[in-house]
Amino acid sequence: MTIGAEEIYDDGPLYAAAKKVYPQKVSGTYRRLKWIALWIALGVYYILPFVRWNRGPNAPSQAVLVDIPHSRFYAFFIELWPQEVYYFTGLLILAALILFLSNALFGRVWCGYACPQTVWTDLFLFIERVIEGDRRERIKLDEAHWTADKITKRVAKHTAWLLIALFTGGAAMLYFVDAPTLLKEFFTLEAPFIAYLWAGILTFTTYSLAGHMREQVCLYMCPWPRIQAALTDNDALNVTYRFDRGEPRMSVKDAAKAHARGEPAGDCIDCMQCVAVCPTGVDIRKGSQMGCIQCGLCIDACDAVMTKIKRPIRLIAYDTDENRERRKRGEKNLYHLIRPRTLLYVAAIALTGGIMLYALLTRTNSHLSVLHVRAPLYTQTAEGGIRNGYTLRFSNKLSEPSDFALTVGGVPGVTMSSVVAEPLPDGRLGVRVDPDATLEVPVYVTTPPDATPGASTPITFTAVDAKTGERSVVVDHFFGP
Amino acid sequence: MITDPVQVDKISGQTTTGHEWDGIRELNTPLPRWWLYLFYLTIAFSVVYWMVYPSWPLVSSYAPGLFGTTNRGLVAADIAAGQAARAQMAGGLEKATVDQIAADPKLLEIALAEGKAAFGDNCTPCHGSGGQGQPGYPNLTAGRWLWGGTLDQIQTTITHGIRADDPDTHTSAMPAFGKDGILKPEEIREVVSYVRTIDKLEPEPGVDVAAGKKIFADNCVACHGEDGKGNTDMGSANLTTKVWQYGSDIKDLTSTVTYARNSTMPAWGKRLDPVTIKSLAVYVHSLGGGK
Repeated sequence: MTIGAEEIYDDGPLYAAAKKVYPQKVSGTYRRLKWIALWIALGVYYILPFVRWNRGPNAPSQAVLVDIPHSRFYAFFIELWPQEVYYFTGLLILAALILFLSNALFGRVWCGYACPQTVWTDLFLFIERVIEGDRRERIKLDEAHWTADKITKRVAKHTAWLLIALFTGGAAMLYFVDAPTLLKEFFTLEAPFIAYLWAGILTFTTYSLAGHMREQVCLYMCPWPRIQAALTDNDALNVTYRFDRGEPRMSVKDAAKAHARGEPAGDCIDCMQCVAVCPTGVDIRKGSQMGCIQCGLCIDACDAVMTKIKRPIRLIAYDTDENRERRKRGEKNLYHLIRPRTLLYVAAIALTGGIMLYALLTRTNSHLSVLHVRAPLYTQTAEGGIRNGYTLRFSNKLSEPSDFALTVGGVPGVTMSSVVAEPLPDGRLGVRVDPDATLEVPVYVTTPPDATPGASTPITFTAVDAKTGERSVVVDHFFGP
Repeated sequence: MITDPVQVDKISGQTTTGHEWDGIRELNTPLPRWWLYLFYLTIAFSVVYWMVYPSWPLVSSYAPGLFGTTNRGLVAADIAAGQAARAQMAGGLEKATVDQIAADPKLLEIALAEGKAAFGDNCTPCHGSGGQGQPGYPNLTAGRWLWGGTLDQIQTTITHGIRADDPDTHTSAMPAFGKDGILKPEEIREVVSYVRTIDKLEPEPGVDVAAGKKIFADNCVACHGEDGKGNTDMGSANLTTKVWQYGSDIKDLTSTVTYARNSTMPAWGKRLDPVTIKSLAVYVHSLGGGK
C-alpha cells in the first residue's frame, strides 16, 4: 500500500480559539423580565433554607432540608424516606414535561431566563460591567498593557466574582444541615470539613462557569441545545429575525435612495447591535441556531434602534416559522398556542401531577412489609407442629412512638411468637416502633401439633396502629410439607 | 492535493478535514481550546496517577507506587474503621448477660444483627443459612436440643463446643452397640423398631417390638430415659420429637445403634470474642427453637 496524495493532509489547528464575547449593556422589556427572573431565582435560592417549619420535637424544623445522615428529605409538609425516592422520579418526569411544554410554547425560555448558568452569568456580567465598563471599554482593557488601573480593575472584578461564588457555594450547603447553625459555624470556622470542601468545590465551579466559561457551557457542555432541535416546531415562539421585513439590509440613506428608485429596501440597517448585546455572541439574523439561548436581548437592542430611526419595532421578535410563511403568502399572523402537541403535554403533566398528588395525599404514616424466611422454608418442630418464619419490618413516620397490634389470619389455629414483640391477649403481638424509625421483627407462626397444612396456604398479616387506627395488611404464604 | 491542502465546503463555507466518504467531506469543526487543555490535563493526571498508584507490572511483581497504596490496605483500613464503629454500638453487649440482652430491646436489636452476621460467617457450613441443619448436623430451629435450648445453655455449648479440645466441653459417648458386640444384629433390629414406635413411626413388619422394648430398658434408658425423652444434662437425644439429626429410617437408626455417632463441634470460645458469642447465642435462640 502506498499513501495517496490526498491522505497527506494538513488538518489545521487542533482547536478553535474561542472568540471572546463582550455583551453590551441593553435595556428594554426582555432585559427587565430577565432581571425579575434573576431576582426571583436568587431570592428563592438564598431565602428558602431559612424558612422554618414546625414538625414537633423529634424532627428538624427547617422547611426544606436534605438530611443525609438520617436519610430523610423534608419539603414543608412532605417528609420522604429513601424507599420513597420514586417521588423524585415523578418530580423529574414532571420537570421534563414542563420543559417540553414551555419549549413548544415559547422556545428556550428556560435557557434564556431561568437556567442557573444564565442567571449567574448575568450576575457576573453585571459585576464585570460595573467594574470594567461596557463592551467597548472591556475590549480596550483586554488589549491594554498591564497598568495599575488594569490591575486594580482585574483584582476588583475577580475578588467580587470569587465572593459571589463563595456565597453561592456556601448557600448550597444550607440545604443539607440546619441553616442558621451552619451559617454561624461556617464563619467561626467550626463547621465540618465536608461543608468547607463542598462550598469550595461549588465556589470553584461557580467562578469558572459563570465568570470564565459562560456561553461555552451552552455551546459545548449542555445537552439541552441539542435536544431542543427535536422539540421545537413551526408553531413554537422562537426569537426570530423577520428577514421578510429586514432584507435586503442597507443603511437609512441607502434605503431612502432605493425607495426613490422604486427598489425594495429592508428595515435592517446592519448596525450589528443585536450581535453586540448577545450573551452567546451569535448573529440572530442567521436564523434559529444552537448557540441562541433565546433570551430576547437582541429584541430589546433592535427595538431601541428601530425607535430611534422611527421604524416599527419588533424586527426581531418572538415569532414562529409558520407566521413567516403566512406573511410571505400575504396572510395575517396567527398564533397556535393550543395545538395537539401542547395539549398532549398538558395532559401528560396533569396525569403525572395527579398521580403524584394522589400518592402524596393517600400515603400512610405507617407501613408493614413482610419477607418469608427462605431457609428453612418451614420447620417441623419438636412439639409436632409446622412453623414458618417471617421477617416483618414496621415503619413509623410519626414524630412520636407508635404501638402496633399484629394479627395473623388464613391458617387455622396458628400461634405467633417473636423475641422482639410483646405477646398481647388473644394471641396478638404488640410492637413498639420509635418515632421516625423502622423496626425489624422476626415472627414465627406455628400450627398446633399434628396439624397438616397444605404445601402453600395464603396467610394474612394485619398491623393496626393503636393511636391512628391505620391498618396495614400484607398477604404472604404459609408453607408445609 | 498537497499543493492545495485546505479545502473549503462550498455550502457552509467551512474548511473540511479532507476525509472523504463517497464524495461527502467531513467539515472541520475543531473543539474549543479549553477543551483541548482539559484533555492535556487528563493526560498529565494519568501520569501522576500512574506514579502514585501501583500500576507498572514488573517481571515477577509490580511497582508499588509512591506511597505504597494498595486496595487490600484500603479495604483493611475500612474494615478496621467499620469494626471500631461496631464496637462502639456493641459496647452495651460486653457487660450484659445473654438474659439481660434478650430483655432489652435496644441490646437485642444489636445482638440479633451481630449474631446474624457471625452465624453466616461461622455456623452456616454445618447448620445451614437459617439454622435448619442437615443430616448429621442439628436443626437449631426445631426446638429439639441435645445440650439444652435456654440462652445460657446455648451460650455454654457455643463457647466450649462438643467433644472439643476444651476442658469444659460437652462430652457424652453412646456405645457402638453393634460394632463392639454388645447387641446382636437381630437385637438391634428389634430395638430400632421399638424406638420407631415411641416416635409414632411404623416398626419393621414382623419384628418383635416387645423384645425391642426389653432391650431398650436394659441398654438405653440410663441415658435416654424410660420414655425416651433424653436428657440435656448428659446430651442424650430426645427420641420422641420426629426431629432426627441422623434420620429416622430403619437403615439410619440401625446404623446409629450399630456404630454410634458422637459428632463434634469446635469450642468457639477459642476463636470468637465473648460479645460475638453472646450475640450468636441470642440469635440462635431467636430462630424459633429457643426455650
